[in-house]
Amino acid sequence: MNADFTPEELAFQQEVREFLASEFPADLKNKVDNNIRLTKDDMVRWQKILYQKGWAAPSWPEEYGGTGWTATQRHIFATEMGVYGAPEPIPFGMKMVAPVIMAYGSEEQKQRFLPDILASNVWWCQGYSEPNAGSDLASLKTSAVRDGDHYVVNGSKTWNTLGQYADWIFCLVRTDNTAKKQEGISFLLIDMNTPGITVKPIVLLDGFAEVNEVFFDDVRVPAENLIGEENKGWTYAKVLLTHERTNIAGVPRSKRKLDSLKRLAAETEDGFGKTMADNPSLQQRIAEMEIELQALEYSELRTLAALSVGKAPGPESSILKIVGTELAQSMDEMFLELSGYSSLPFVPEQFEGDFEGERLGPGSTNAAALTYFNNRKLSIFGGSNEIQRNIICKAVLGL
Amino acid sequence: MDFSYTEVQQMLQDQVQKFVQKSYDFDSRNTIVASEKGFSAEHWQLFAELGWLAVPFTEEDGGLGGSAVDLMVIMEEFGKANLVEPYLATAVLSGSLIAQLAEGDTKEALLGGIIGGETQFSCAYAEPGSRFNLAAVSCSASASGDQITITGKKTTVENAPNADKLVVIARESGDRFDASGISAFLVDADAAGVSMRSYPTVDGKRAAEVSFDHVVVPASARLGAAGAALPALQNAVDRATLAVSAEAVGALEALLHKTVEYSKTRKQFGTAIGTFQALQHRMADMFVQCQLARSIVIMAAMSLDSSDSDQEKTRSVSAAKSRVGKAIKLVGQEAIQIHGGIGMTEELDVGHLFKRVTALDLLFGDEEFHLQRFASL
Repeated sequence: MNADFTPEELAFQQEVREFLASEFPADLKNKVDNNIRLTKDDMVRWQKILYQKGWAAPSWPEEYGGTGWTATQRHIFATEMGVYGAPEPIPFGMKMVAPVIMAYGSEEQKQRFLPDILASNVWWCQGYSEPNAGSDLASLKTSAVRDGDHYVVNGSKTWNTLGQYADWIFCLVRTDNTAKKQEGISFLLIDMNTPGITVKPIVLLDGFAEVNEVFFDDVRVPAENLIGEENKGWTYAKVLLTHERTNIAGVPRSKRKLDSLKRLAAETEDGFGKTMADNPSLQQRIAEMEIELQALEYSELRTLAALSVGKAPGPESSILKIVGTELAQSMDEMFLELSGYSSLPFVPEQFEGDFEGERLGPGSTNAAALTYFNNRKLSIFGGSNEIQRNIICKAVLGL
Repeated sequence: MDFSYTEVQQMLQDQVQKFVQKSYDFDSRNTIVASEKGFSAEHWQLFAELGWLAVPFTEEDGGLGGSAVDLMVIMEEFGKANLVEPYLATAVLSGSLIAQLAEGDTKEALLGGIIGGETQFSCAYAEPGSRFNLAAVSCSASASGDQITITGKKTTVENAPNADKLVVIARESGDRFDASGISAFLVDADAAGVSMRSYPTVDGKRAAEVSFDHVVVPASARLGAAGAALPALQNAVDRATLAVSAEAVGALEALLHKTVEYSKTRKQFGTAIGTFQALQHRMADMFVQCQLARSIVIMAAMSLDSSDSDQEKTRSVSAAKSRVGKAIKLVGQEAIQIHGGIGMTEELDVGHLFKRVTALDLLFGDEEFHLQRFASL
C-alpha cells in the first residue's frame, strides 16, 4: 500500500506550481486572497490562459482536447489549483454538458459545441431543477413539444447558477407525458438568446444573485439541438451525475480554508492579552478538523486509486460529498466565530472589484457571516446530503 | 414552584403578539429594514404608549418592575417577529447603565426620555481587539478641571446611527485590561469629534464604527464614580445577554414552527417531505433544542431576579448564553437544510430569522466564550 507520488508525479506537481505562480494573474490572485468576487471577465480570462496552456480540460479525452493525464496527475493539478486559490473553469460547460455531448451527441454536435466550450468562448448554464422538482428531479415538468423542425419549450427552471452570464443552457425537458417519469425526459441544448427566455435573479442570503429562475415561454428550439434520442435524457444525465467528479470532496478548498483559519486564530486577539490560537479548546477543535480533512483526503485517494486501475466510480462519491460539504461548513462556522463582531456589518459592495472605499476588516473577517450563510447551500445542492445518505443506504448497505 | 406567567407577563405577551399580527408581518419588516432609519419611529411611539419601554426599569425608576422574567417574556415575542426596533440598545443596555450609574434629576430625565420614547441611545463599549472582554478598554478619557476629553475607537455600536446620545465606556486610569479605571460617559451623538461609519448589519439592524477624536464633555457627563463603572457594565451586559438569549428562544421557536409547516406542504417523490422519518426525527431534535434553550433562559432570568450573588448570576447568564448558542446552530442550520433551496433565498422569512439568530449567537459573547466563563466562575 502506497500513497507516495512517483518522481515523475512530483516533477509534474512542481510544473503545475510554477505555472500557477507565473501565469495566474496577479490581480486575480489579489482578488481570491481578499475575498473579492471574480467577474465573468475575470473567470473567462483565466480559463483562456488555461486553454492556451492546453490545460483547460484535464478530464476530457485527448481526442477532444484533453490533457492525457493520469488520474493522479489530474488530482495533483486540481489540488494545486485549489490550494493556490485559482478557480477551476465553471463546471457546467466543461464537466457537465461536454461529457454528455461526447458520449451521446452526433459528430456535428461535437464539432459545433465542444471547441467553444474548451476555449471558453461560450458560457454554459444548467437547466435541471424546477420549483417542484428538487431532490425529485425526475418529476420535472418543463415540456418540449415537437413542432416541425423545432421543439417548443414551456416551463421554468430554478437554482440556475450564473445564468445571467450564460450564452447556452442544457435542459432536461419532458417530451413524453404518458411514460413513467424518468422515461419521458429529453436532453436539449438551448441558446439563451432565443426569444421567449426570461432570466429572473434570485438573491441569496449573502445579498448576491448567484442563481436564477429561467422562464421558457413558447421557446422554439431547433430539433438538431436534441442530444441523442428523445426520452433518453434521464439516462444521459444520470451517467453524468454518477460519473467521476473531481473535487466533489473539496479537499483543496478545505486545506486553504484550514490554513486561513489557523492564521486568523493567530491574528485574533482574545481580549485578554493573548490570541485565539492560544485557546486550548480552539486548538483541539482545529485539530479535529485537520484530522477529519486527512480522513477525507485519504478517502478521496482511495477512490482515485480504484479509478486509476479501471474500477467504476461507485457510491463512494456520496461519502466525499457528505463529509466534504459538512467539513467545509464547519470551517465556515469557525471562521465566523473567530471573526466575532467584525462579521456583523453588511457592506457587500466592498467585496466587488470596483469598490474604492476603505474596507472594513480586519482581513476577510467581514465576509465571514456572508460566506457562512451562502455555504449552507453545500449540503443542499449537488444531490442533497439526505439523498447522498439514501444512496449509501441503498447502494452500499443494501437497506 | 410556579412557572406560569403573571397577569402582567401574560398581558405583555398578548400585546406583543397582537401588535405583530397586525403590523409586523414579513413584508412590513422588509419595508422597515429598507427605510432610511432602519426602524419605525411610529412603532417606537406605540411601544412607549403601551409601556413596553418601561419593562426593564424598577418602579422607583418609573418602570414596570424591572424583572428579568418580564424582560424575557417581551424579548421572546420580539424574537419570534424578528423585530428590528432598537429595544435592546436603548431600553435594555443603555437603560440599565443609566439606571445603575446616573443619579437624581439627570437619571430621571434620561430614563424619562427612554420610557417616553423620545430619546434613542446607543452604548459604545466594544473595541477592535477587545473581543468579548468588557474590561479590555483602550478608549481613553482624561479629566482636566471640569472637562473630560475622550479619544478612541468603538466597534459595531448597535443603534449608533440613530442615537441621540451615546453611553461611552472609556478608561480614565490603569492598563488596558485593568478592571478598575473604567468610566461611563454620556455623549451627544453629534458632539464635535464624534464620527461614525454607519452600516446595516447582516441581520437587518443598524450599527456603526464610532471614533472619538478629542471629544470634550463636562465632568457632569460622567455617570457614577470615576473609574468604577465596570461592575455596572457587567451587570448591564448580563441583562442584555439574558435578553438576547430570550430573543433567540423566540426566533428558534419560529424557525421550528415554519420548518414543520413547510415539511407538511412541500412534496417530493409524491409525498410531503414531513412524512420521511429521518426528517421527522430531526424536527423532533429541533423541538428538544428549543425546549432546553427555553428552560435554561428561564433559569437564568429567575437567577437574575433572585438574591443570588453577582457571581452566581453571571454564571447563570453564561449557562444560558452558551446553551442557547448551541441550540442556535443546530436549529438554525436544520431549518435552512429542511427548507432546501428556498431557505437560501432573501425572499423567504426563514433565512432572515437564521441570520438574526446567527448574529445573536455572537452578541455579548459566543458559546465558546460563555462556556469558558461558566467554567471559570
